[in-house]
Amino acid sequence: MAAFAAASGDELRKLAKASGLALDATPLRGPETGLVTVRGRIGGGGAPFNTGEATVTRATVQLPSGQVGHAYSLGRDREKVRLAATLDAVWCTPETRAAVEQKIVAPLVRMQAERDAKRHAETAATKVDFFTMVRGED
Amino acid sequence: MYVAVKGGEAAIRNAHKLLADRRRGDRSVPALRLDQIVEQLGLGVDRVMSEGSLYDRELAALAIVQARGDLIEAIFLVRAYRTTLPRFGYTRPMDTATMQAERRVSATYKDLPGGQMLGPTFDYTHRLLDPELASGGDVAEPELRHAEPEAMPRVSDILGGEGLIEEDGPLPSGHVTGDITREPMEFPLDRDSRLQALSRGDEGFLLALAYSTQRGYARSHPFVGEIRIGEVELELDVPELDFPVTLGRIRVTECQMVNQFHGSAKIPPQFTRGYGLVFGQSERKAMAMSLCDRALRARELGEDITAAAQDEEFVISHSDNVQATGFVEHLKLPHYVDFQAELDLVRRMRAEHDASRAADGHKEAAE
Repeated sequence: MAAFAAASGDELRKLAKASGLALDATPLRGPETGLVTVRGRIGGGGAPFNTGEATVTRATVQLPSGQVGHAYSLGRDREKVRLAATLDAVWCTPETRAAVEQKIVAPLVRMQAERDAKRHAETAATKVDFFTMVRGED
Repeated sequence: MYVAVKGGEAAIRNAHKLLADRRRGDRSVPALRLDQIVEQLGLGVDRVMSEGSLYDRELAALAIVQARGDLIEAIFLVRAYRTTLPRFGYTRPMDTATMQAERRVSATYKDLPGGQMLGPTFDYTHRLLDPELASGGDVAEPELRHAEPEAMPRVSDILGGEGLIEEDGPLPSGHVTGDITREPMEFPLDRDSRLQALSRGDEGFLLALAYSTQRGYARSHPFVGEIRIGEVELELDVPELDFPVTLGRIRVTECQMVNQFHGSAKIPPQFTRGYGLVFGQSERKAMAMSLCDRALRARELGEDITAAAQDEEFVISHSDNVQATGFVEHLKLPHYVDFQAELDLVRRMRAEHDASRAADGHKEAAE
């Protein structure tokens, strides 16, 4: 579910289409957009406080087999979240779990890792290397 | 006498049509797309998200276009939109220690674990206008340095190890986290509610107050312990699942301000802290927030309340720019009846004043 939430709508649609998985599902709830209140902690690790809100879209669907799937994601891309809920249901079905893992989850995790590594390398290039000059005799 | 007046519908309709025209501007210039604003005016988008108190980059960009770049108007639009959506719940508190940092600097320790990462900063630029940007040339890709990610402990934890700084900011056990969007504010506030108000407060107002503390009005000897900007993951507990759902990541800016404190009868001398946490890349705002947070802790720390920045009711009641602009700007709406009453009153007072002067004049002449 975390990999689906982190993916862009386009990535998810592309992978789902290429996977050849049967993705027919009936909606049980949503997709609907609402708010979550985002919490931080005082001082970083102290008592919680409400920092602000964020848009979240959620959906629950059911496969013809009866298997139910849920999805939540930041933002307002309802089509993406509906698809994510369907994929969750397919993943929850033991016979198709491996296919979802291999064809959708693994590529998403890989793409996210690549994006993170690039961003990390860009940030690391701005790391300050101090040159210390020793003065005096001690 | 009260005369009901109707009218202005056509004028209002036409004014809004004219507004739409002026917003679009010269039709021979291509219209802005939202992705252009999200990508190229990102810090303006972040400000609208932070003060609109709604994390959604595309919505903030839409608000900026609709408001013709008037950020307070855009913040107003975002706040109004918020009220139309149902609430799904409260996230688990973000863990900023695990942030994918894009910038992290400390003014207190040179060689801190994880290092000083400047990131995409305006610092050390010469503030010279760049005419090349006007011609829209290609921009080089950033440099890359492939290094193993290092842990980035908080500076406050480094000082905490020596016991020289106060804790992160506990509240009594059993305390229910305050929510100023749900319950009306009652002063004095707890620190959690105050931080919620500051996080959505007006950047300019908080900046001015923060500046006033540096200039001697509630001086608190601040050092930037640490600023970090980056993405953190959000998790939500939902009834239908027995594990927290990962919603995705948001970008936030965190500022840990470290301040001197001489101690009191109960507490030994130690560093105290102010905390800032805001949506997006909003470093100035996070710093100002942390300075205001520290100043507003005067009562808690037994300090004399002598300056505006320490006056909680003053600061928090005036920090919200949507409320402020609403009350200031309502003055331009028709007050014809109120004014008519005032005018009548001044006329009567003037008549009485003139009459009494005339009477005094007669008296003097008679004498």
